[in-house]
Amino acid sequence: MLYINCPHCGLRSQNEFAYGGDATVKRPELNKEISDQEWDNFVYLRKSPRGKHLELWHHISGCRQWIKVERDTSTHEIFKTYKANEAIE
Amino acid sequence: MSQDFRLDNVGMVNREKKISFKFNGKKYFGFEGDTIASALIANGVHLVGRSFKYHRPRGFFGVGVDEPYAILQLDRNNERDPNIRATEQEIFEGLEVKSVNCWPSVNFDIGAINNFLKMFFPAGFYYKTFMWPPSFWYKIYEPFIRMAAGFGEASIKHDKERYEHKYEYCDLLITGSGPSGLASAYAAAKNGARVILAEDKPRFGGSLLTSDVNIGNQTGVEWTEKIIAELKSMPNVTVKNRSQVFGYYDHNMLVMSERISDHLPKTQKYLPKQRLWYIRANEVLISSGSIERPLVFGNNDTPGVMLSSAAKEYMKVYGVLVGKKPLIFTNNDSGYETAIEFKKNGVNPIILDTRSNPSSDIITEAKNLNIEIKFSYVVVAAKGYKKVKSADIAKISDDKKELFNIENIKCDCICVSGFWTPSIHLASQSGNKSKFNEKIDAFVPDKSKQQENTIGSANGIFTLEETIKDAFDKGFDVSNKITEKNNKVSVPTVVEKKSTDHDKFWCVPLPKGKSYKRFLDFQNDVAVSDIELALREGFRSIEHVKRYTTLGMATDQGKTSNLNGLQLVSDIENKVVPQVGHTTFRPPYTPVSIGAIVGREVGKHSKPTRKSPMHSWHEKNNAVFVDAGVWLRPRYYKQGNEGLFEASKREAKNVRQNVGVCDVTTLGKIDVKGPDAAEFLNRVYTNAWLKLPVGKARYGVMLREDGIVMDDGTTTRISENHYHMTTTTAQAANVLSHLEYYLQLVWPELNVNVVSTTEQWAGAAIAGPNSRKLLMKLFSNLDVSNEGLPFMGYKEADLFGVPAKIYRISFSGELAYEINVESDNGYFMWEKIMEVGQEFQIQPYGTEALSTLRIEMGHVAGSELDGRTIPYDASLEGLVSKKKDFIGKRSLNRSAFTSTDREKLVGLVPIDKTTSIPEGSYIVKDPKAKLPNPKLGHVSASCWSVEYDNPFSLAIIKDGKNMIGQKLFAMSPLKNKTIPVEIVSSHYVDPEGKRVRS
Ligand SMILES: [Zn+2]
Repeated sequence: MLYINCPHCGLRSQNEFAYGGDATVKRPELNKEISDQEWDNFVYLRKSPRGKHLELWHHISGCRQWIKVERDTSTHEIFKTYKANEAIE
Repeated sequence: MSQDFRLDNVGMVNREKKISFKFNGKKYFGFEGDTIASALIANGVHLVGRSFKYHRPRGFFGVGVDEPYAILQLDRNNERDPNIRATEQEIFEGLEVKSVNCWPSVNFDIGAINNFLKMFFPAGFYYKTFMWPPSFWYKIYEPFIRMAAGFGEASIKHDKERYEHKYEYCDLLITGSGPSGLASAYAAAKNGARVILAEDKPRFGGSLLTSDVNIGNQTGVEWTEKIIAELKSMPNVTVKNRSQVFGYYDHNMLVMSERISDHLPKTQKYLPKQRLWYIRANEVLISSGSIERPLVFGNNDTPGVMLSSAAKEYMKVYGVLVGKKPLIFTNNDSGYETAIEFKKNGVNPIILDTRSNPSSDIITEAKNLNIEIKFSYVVVAAKGYKKVKSADIAKISDDKKELFNIENIKCDCICVSGFWTPSIHLASQSGNKSKFNEKIDAFVPDKSKQQENTIGSANGIFTLEETIKDAFDKGFDVSNKITEKNNKVSVPTVVEKKSTDHDKFWCVPLPKGKSYKRFLDFQNDVAVSDIELALREGFRSIEHVKRYTTLGMATDQGKTSNLNGLQLVSDIENKVVPQVGHTTFRPPYTPVSIGAIVGREVGKHSKPTRKSPMHSWHEKNNAVFVDAGVWLRPRYYKQGNEGLFEASKREAKNVRQNVGVCDVTTLGKIDVKGPDAAEFLNRVYTNAWLKLPVGKARYGVMLREDGIVMDDGTTTRISENHYHMTTTTAQAANVLSHLEYYLQLVWPELNVNVVSTTEQWAGAAIAGPNSRKLLMKLFSNLDVSNEGLPFMGYKEADLFGVPAKIYRISFSGELAYEINVESDNGYFMWEKIMEVGQEFQIQPYGTEALSTLRIEMGHVAGSELDGRTIPYDASLEGLVSKKKDFIGKRSLNRSAFTSTDREKLVGLVPIDKTTSIPEGSYIVKDPKAKLPNPKLGHVSASCWSVEYDNPFSLAIIKDGKNMIGQKLFAMSPLKNKTIPVEIVSSHYVDPEGKRVRS
C-alpha cells in the first residue's frame, strides 16, 4: 500500500485516495474549434510510461483535494507531490 | 500410549502439565509447549499423511514454517481448519487433528496406487494427461483431480471466530528473534527507537535455543531470556511471539499475522482468534534466519528422513528423540552438532560425511565423544515404506560420480544437512534483487530497494560472533538515523565452536541399474527425473521449469526445494546458479487464513449500511427493504398476504388515483455556492443554466467527456449564488468527485464551492392528484396554487414549526412535490404527512412502485443511462444546447454518435397484453432465424402499467424512433420465452405531460 504525502494533510495511506489518471493531460479550452484528432487524443489517448509519471490522486477520504503525484510506475517510488495548481518542477 | 521417545529432564516443555489430544481418532498425550509434531514423535508416530501426487507416506521433515509434509486438518470448537502445519500448531486439551490427502486412511491409502503408476505422472502430467477427449473433463478428470487434490477441506459453515485488523507505525520492525533480531532490537531500543520485534514461534531466541554457545558469559537461552525481559519492560518496544511477518509491500508497509488463540482450547471472551497487523515501518531489519537444505538421494521422502537441525530442535526444545538409531548424512559441520546432541542423550549416531578429510573444533569434539564417522560416504537410498528401517550407503569417489562398496545398514531415522539457505523472501518481496554468494552457495539480498536491511544468517552470515556484532551495529545505525540519540551499547563477547567449509555437493548419483525416486520438492512430489525431463523437453527459463514441474509451487513455497532444484538445473545445463537465476518470491511467506485477511468485514460489517431518518417508521409499517448501493430503501409495504407484485401495483395505482408518499432521502444532494455557480452549472450540464431565476428548479443531464450520460437530476436556485443540486442515489459520490475535479484542476478561476449535503436533508416525495390538497393542509400559510407554486417552482415554508423546503418536481409524472427538512426532523415530517394525508387516501410507496410510475412515463433511470447511452439515445435531445459548450459536447459530433442506426429509447407492449417481458430480453425480427440471431436491442426495464393494466417495458432499439408501430419479438433465452411485442412511444402515459403542470 502506497504512502502518499498529501500536500494538505501529510503522509496518508493509499486507501484514503482514489487514483485519477495522467496529470499532464490538459483539457482543450471551451468553445475552441479543434480537430477530431485533437479531441480524441484528449479523451482517449494516454501514455503508459514505465518510470516517472505525473498523476492525479483525489484525497477522497481526507481533504477531498485533487493532488498531483510524481511516481515511478515500476518501483512505486514517489518523488514529490503537488497541490492541484502548484507549478511542477 | 506412553511417550517412548521422550527424554527425561531435557527441553522446554512444561512437564507439570500433561495434555491429551486426538490424532486420526486415537488419543495421545503430550506436554504443554509441545507442537502436534513433537508430541506425535514423542509417541513414536511418524506417519501423518500422504504425498500430493503419488500418495507416498509422509512423516515430519522440519520443525517450523519450512515443513512440507505434516499438513493436517484441525477441529476446534466444532470448526474445521485445513492446512495446519503440525510443526507449528501447539497442542491443547481436547485438540483433534486428522490427516489429509489420503482415503480411506493414512495407513491404507487407495491413491497410493499412483505410486505404482508413476510412469504416468511425469513432469507436466496435468498438461499431458487430462487433455483429451474434452468430454472426459467433466465426468472423469475433474472428479479425479478433486478427489486427489488439496490439503484438507474448508468448512462451509460460518466462522464464528473473530479476526481483527490493526494498523501500527514504528521506527523499526525486526522480523525474527534469533541472535541478530535480539541484538539489533536491543541496540535500537536502547537508542530510543520505537521497535516492534516479531517472532513466528511461541519461543523467542531462534537458533540460540538449540546452539551450544556463550554470549556475555551466559548460555544462548539465558541471554535470550535476559534481552527479552528487558525489551518487554521498555515502553518504546513491542515484542510479539506467534507472529509471522508474511508480506513486504510498497513504501515499507509490512503485514504480520498474529496467532492469538490458535494454541488455546477456546478463544477467550474479548480476544480474537488471529490479528492481522498492517505495519508502516520507517526501517526494517530482516532477521528471518535460514533454513537447512536437504540432501537428495533415493527415497529421500521416506518418513524418518528429516533435517538434522529439526532433529536437534526436537531434542533440545521438546525433549524428544526422532529416532534411537540415527544416521546423520551431512556435507557440513551442522550435522555434527545434531550427532553430538544424540550422543549426549545416550543415543549412538553414525555420521556419513560427504567430505573426504575435514577438520574443525566440532569434528574433533565428535571424534572425542567416540561417534562413528564415515568420510566420503553418502546415503544411496532410504529403505522402508512407512518408516525408515535401513539405508543403503556407499563410499563416493572424489569427483562425486562413482559409488563403491554399497552396503545396507540398520537405522530408524536419517538426519540430513546440505548446508543453509538464507530466507530472503521478505527482502525479495521488498524489491531487493538478490545476488548469489559463492561461499555459501545461496542467494543473499543485494542493494536495499526500500528502507530495509537484512542481518544474521538471512544475510548469509553464519558465525555467531559476526552476527551479533553486525546486528548491534545495524540496530544502532538505523535507529540513530531516526532518534539521533547516539546511545550505543557495548557488544557482548561471544564464544562459539569454529566450523569449516561445507562440501559443494547435494545430489547423490543413482547406482547402476537402480531407478530410485530422488525428491527435490517434497510437498509437490517433484523428483530429479521430472526436472531432467522438463529440460529434455525444451524448457529453459527457470520460471517455466517451475510451472511445468510444479517445483516450489506448493504451500511451502519451495522453502526446502528451490536451491536444490536450481543446483540441478545448472548442473545439467552446465551453467552456474546465478545464470539460471531464481523464481520470484511473492507474499505470503507462509499461508495466512482467509479469516485473518477478511478481518471484521463479514456479514453486516462487510459494507456500511445507510438508513434514512424515517427507517424505523418503514420497519413498523411492514416495509420490505432493498439494497440501493449502501442504502436500505423500502421496496414495498406489505399488506396482508400481498407479494411484491400485488403490493407495488396497489401503491402505484394509489399514486395515480389519490396520493402517495415516497422516502427520497437517499438522493444525492450537493450544495453549489459562489458567484460563478451559474457559469459552472452551465458548463457541467448539457442545457442552459445562466437564466434560471431564483426560486426555480431545472432538470439537467451531465455528460462525461466521452459524451456518455453520467447522471441526471434537478437543480434548484435557492438564492443568487446558491444552488441545490440533486443526483441519483447511485452516482452521488462520483458526481461530487467530478465537480471537484473541474473546479480544482480545470477551471480553478471559477469562484465556486461544492459540498455534499445528502446527510443533512430528509426527503419525502408527495405524488398524485390529491397532493396539492394535502400540501394545503400541511402548509396552511402558503399559496400552493398552480400560480403560487408552479411546476419547477421552489418555496420555503413552515411545517408545523419545522422549516421545510418544497420543490415542485416529479419523477412519477403526477402532480408532485418534494419536501425536504433537516434530517433530525425527517421522522416528524413523515408522520405529519401520513396523519394529514389520511383523508386523501395517502399510502406510502416503495421503489418498486416508483419504478412502475417512471417506466410508464418513459422517464429514464440507471437501467437506461447504463454507461453506453448519449442524450440522443434516451430522448433527451431537447436538453442538449446547440449554443454553448459543456463537458462532453465535442464528443457528440463523433460519427458513431450521430449515425442513424443508434439504439434509441422506445416502449414495448406485448401483443397479448398479458405476458410480462423479462428485463434483459433481446429484441429480434425473426425468432426462428439462424444463430447468432441479429439483435436489434434490449429491454432495459419492465413493469405492469397501472394506467392501462397490462405489461409495459422500456427498450433501447436500433433506429427505435422509426420502428414505432412495428411488431417484433422479445426473446429471453434465460427464461426460455419468446414474446411477440409492438413498439410504442416510450411516453406511454400522459405523453403531453399535462399532469405535472396541473
Ligand atoms: Zn489531503
